[in-house]
Amino acid sequence: MEFLSKIATNNGHGENSSYFDGWKAYDSDPYHPTNNSHGVIQMGLAENQLCFDLIQEWIENNPKASICTPEGSNDFKDIAIYQDYHGLPEFRNAVASFMEKVRGNKVKFNPDNIVMSGGATGAHETLAFCLADPGDAFLVPTPYYPGYDRDLRWRTGIQLLPVVCESSNDFKITREALEDAYEKAQEANIRVKGLILNNPSNPLGTVLDRNTLTDAMRFINEKNIHLICDEIYSATVFNEPGFISIAEIAEEGAVCKNRDLIHIVYSLSKDLGFPGFRVGIIYSYNDAVVNCARKMSSFGLVSTQTQHLIASMLSDDIFVEKFIDESMKRLAKRHSLFSRGLAKVGIENLKGNAGLYCWMDLRRLLKEPTFESEMELWHVIINEVKLNVSPGASFHCSEPGWFRVCIANMDDETMRIAVSRIHKFVIQKTKLDQATTRKQYKRSKLEISLSFRRLDEFMMTPRMLSSPHSHMTSPLVRARN
Amino acid sequence: MAIEIEKPTVGLSKVAVSDTHGEDSPYFAGWKAYDEDPYDELCNPSGVIQMGLAENQVSFDLLEQYLEKHSEATNWGNRTFGFRDNALFQDYHGLQTFRKAMACFMEQIRGGRAKFNPDRVVITAGATAANELLTFILADPGDALLIPTPYYPGFDRDLRWRTGVKIVPVHCDSSNNFEITPQALEAAYNEAESMNIKVRGVLITNPSNPLGATIKRSTLEEILEFVTSKNIHLVSDEIYSGSTFSGEEFVSVAEVLEAQNYKDSERVHIVYSLSKDLGLPGFRVGTIYSYNDKVVTTARRMSSFTLISSQTQQLLASMLLDETFTANYIKTNRERLKKRYQMIIDGLRNSGIECLKGNAGLFCWMNLSPLLEEPTKESELILWKSMLHEVKLNISPGSSCHCSDPGWFRVCFANMSEQTLQVALTRIHDFMDRRKAMKTSN
Repeated sequence: MEFLSKIATNNGHGENSSYFDGWKAYDSDPYHPTNNSHGVIQMGLAENQLCFDLIQEWIENNPKASICTPEGSNDFKDIAIYQDYHGLPEFRNAVASFMEKVRGNKVKFNPDNIVMSGGATGAHETLAFCLADPGDAFLVPTPYYPGYDRDLRWRTGIQLLPVVCESSNDFKITREALEDAYEKAQEANIRVKGLILNNPSNPLGTVLDRNTLTDAMRFINEKNIHLICDEIYSATVFNEPGFISIAEIAEEGAVCKNRDLIHIVYSLSKDLGFPGFRVGIIYSYNDAVVNCARKMSSFGLVSTQTQHLIASMLSDDIFVEKFIDESMKRLAKRHSLFSRGLAKVGIENLKGNAGLYCWMDLRRLLKEPTFESEMELWHVIINEVKLNVSPGASFHCSEPGWFRVCIANMDDETMRIAVSRIHKFVIQKTKLDQATTRKQYKRSKLEISLSFRRLDEFMMTPRMLSSPHSHMTSPLVRARN
Repeated sequence: MAIEIEKPTVGLSKVAVSDTHGEDSPYFAGWKAYDEDPYDELCNPSGVIQMGLAENQVSFDLLEQYLEKHSEATNWGNRTFGFRDNALFQDYHGLQTFRKAMACFMEQIRGGRAKFNPDRVVITAGATAANELLTFILADPGDALLIPTPYYPGFDRDLRWRTGVKIVPVHCDSSNNFEITPQALEAAYNEAESMNIKVRGVLITNPSNPLGATIKRSTLEEILEFVTSKNIHLVSDEIYSGSTFSGEEFVSVAEVLEAQNYKDSERVHIVYSLSKDLGLPGFRVGTIYSYNDKVVTTARRMSSFTLISSQTQQLLASMLLDETFTANYIKTNRERLKKRYQMIIDGLRNSGIECLKGNAGLFCWMNLSPLLEEPTKESELILWKSMLHEVKLNISPGSSCHCSDPGWFRVCFANMSEQTLQVALTRIHDFMDRRKAMKTSN
């Protein structure tokens, strides 16, 4: 008998995914402007670091928001003792109000339907436990956030089935793709319990349009399955066409026949930049789900110290409006800086208006339109260009050559350096590719191996040879072996 | 007239519709009665006194004093790790300083008789999460954990609800002060085997909830021998370790392991939390300490679902690394709990009620079996209801803790002021007087 459980010994934790190889490379050689200017720049972490100055200012002006300052200490005892899984009423009210503001006050959220969780990570898992049995499935459009594989499947035993989206129509979710995925499940005798939508999308950086949302709503109503809408990036929409929340569609009686099917996942990790505080939220229109999720939230409540801080901050209407507005402007500026920089060397992003990243199209840099080539290119980008970006394959993208590049987790200067490294790389690669093509016309074995050797010299650096991640060194080394 | 169209309902999961969340137990019914009519010294002196909540409110002043001198704001202005870095820190290893602080605090509580390596500390949002997480790691659905009775009612939910793991009770009774015997362990193991259930581990709470007593060293050694011989795990929930009335009487499984040079330690895992010892249940600070590397790695990965707020980690790291503060806190907390315990034991004895001899925890284990009409669970619940509605005290019936001997009740004493405790004792005294009078007149 195994000493540990099946869950403990399987790969459901997801850390064997390539998604983490880049992080390891970064961890062993992190970029620093003065101490390590040739290090790897972290562009694989979707963090929002653009507005901390605003937060810092608010914190300094509001010492009462902390129960551990002289000004706030009167509240310490009551807050520290409060372990009610409903959460502090002022916390729920503030979160509901914030969510409404982010949606331009076009919808209303009832604080009594707000349930806490251990980050959005905990929220997803909790909803899966509430809505599906082991062996059941959720449909999820590709490409999607790799964490879903762990969050929704690991301990719950449920399956994720892809709804395939393609670049030919900008990765929009089509009714056909939904039906296709559903039918495949039926044929395989798998019970589908729900559909996951991520809006705005990670990794695409786009928002769902009204038609898609309406179609999805009709689809889930017809099939009588749940709809989980992950709106964790809702306040990162920085451009037209603007954000339409599923909450808006849910309030349209003609389209939404059964609100008991609708559940929203939210968190403050992206919009506010507080991933460390573990503020996850489940908002469900289904009272039974609210009750069940609330009981389960005992396994992942938000620290009351943090609830208190957030309640103060988010009930400051003036601050909130200023923050949302300024955050939007800074994201727009950052996005533009990056996109224009890439465009200069002929690299396109998917046209996006949200999120903390770009969905970069590097298809023309692939040796062949295969995932092996994508992996090779990725290793070059990490080891040679020294940027940790995330390959499309880790997001289950159906087409090779797409990469997610995070752009909000660094300052302007670092961003410029990242862009210039990409410039250099693309220019050099284009030249080399051209040189290689010319040599190939001669069809000489000797000349082919000569050009390989030249590429070797270009690619191989002492650092790469001695890299602890030797299994990730240049694919050309492997080819030689 | 409009016709009502029935909305099609979509089923929730089996887990969602089961009642394994446990909220229908009397343990919680008493809470509801309290919520509807809560005692207040001034505004509602005849309300229900909450004695069913194991909270530690006797030492808050010490925490408040500390915070007055160490404002969180100074942390936030820190250049090297201020608010921003704290808010961004989401590494599931947890802050290194926090892990070090927890390890140090746990060592101090054990009088330095055991060492804890900060790299084996895994953080979770409360012991509730820690216990569930360990269960996911140590057992498959359908497997079982053996738990000595009586035990904390929350285990029924924490260990079973979402995991699908079963609990098989190890029966302990009043004939030997509810001590855990090798025979009882064997009997439980065999019972599981006869039902074709795979036992994956034993879970003990030391000091015990609801008994309010520490487990003897010899018993711990016997339990370790037992789990080793069966090649199963041992989880020791030591959440009340800082709430023993004297420092010397508590023996942690960590000490027993150290004494045997950590032989067979890869099967042992300790759960800890600051909810009881420090009285901070709202902050959700739980930890798993495992001697098994694979368990540490896996638990750490799973803790992604239930991390401690970095804001809270930061605050507690500073506090618990301040050894002057912690030494004074541990000592003072113990003294005050001991005083409270003495007060309630004396008060109950004056009313003719005996309790199990206790030496730890935030409650005493009261014996009301002489008052039962019949030695049955039903009689116990009748008595419980009259305590709740007549005497207006919410105490926890032994049956909700799966106690096999009817008539025992857990009574919490650290979640109220001394005055309130006195009111409760007076009410009990009057209740017992009335019963004596009724008996005499009959």
